[in-house]
Amino acid sequence: MSAVADRYKEFQELGVEVLSVSVDSQFVHKVWNDQELSKMVEGGVPFPMISDAGGNLGKVYGVYDEDAGVDVRGRFIIDPDGVIQAMEVLTPPVGRNVDEAIRQIKAFQHVRNTGGKEATPSGWQPGKKILRPGPDLVGAVWKEWTPKDI
Amino acid sequence: MEEKEIGCARPTGAMVGGEIQEEALDKVEEKKAEVKESMTVMVGRHAPDFEAPAYYQGKFVKVKLSEFLGKWVLLCFYPGDFTFV
Repeated sequence: MSAVADRYKEFQELGVEVLSVSVDSQFVHKVWNDQELSKMVEGGVPFPMISDAGGNLGKVYGVYDEDAGVDVRGRFIIDPDGVIQAMEVLTPPVGRNVDEAIRQIKAFQHVRNTGGKEATPSGWQPGKKILRPGPDLVGAVWKEWTPKDI
Repeated sequence: MEEKEIGCARPTGAMVGGEIQEEALDKVEEKKAEVKESMTVMVGRHAPDFEAPAYYQGKFVKVKLSEFLGKWVLLCFYPGDFTFV
């Protein structure tokens, strides 16, 4: 969570609100923030830390592990219409890549800003080649883009 | 986000629209199916709305996902506070 908190400014610049969720109570969240995270990230965790006691939220989002009684590492990108654009779920021992979350948000924002007229190929970063889906592009993607463009 | 007074009863999160109350018996099954349908998590579908207690910068608050409509949201679940990764 500290890795996400550390990049909070970038999320804010992209107009993204961050919400973290675990089955711990909000009281435990406070103590974790005060005792540990605030020592890793200046000013502590800048976003709401949600308590999902009982796993009610995790069950619906498909990330609640009944046996362990915890929410596993699930990350969802939700657009301004409340639509889920991306989801990634990891087992607990491997952490997320915040760079990839930011890259995906930028790509989804680009697609949204072009009204869906432009699509972003694999590994796209702002400034890199985009694709304009249409009849002319069918079977001709190779002329516009190859994996070397990543 | 609304600030919540904290008592000894521990509040927990719940899905918005997830509870069925005082429905005519024949309508309950129909309603259940509807709720189930709207609660499927899938890319391209609406994120199920929820309301849950949270800690936010020195305060205990109540967070409702739909309050953030109009903004992008990064929703991150993780296994637990004081874990190592």
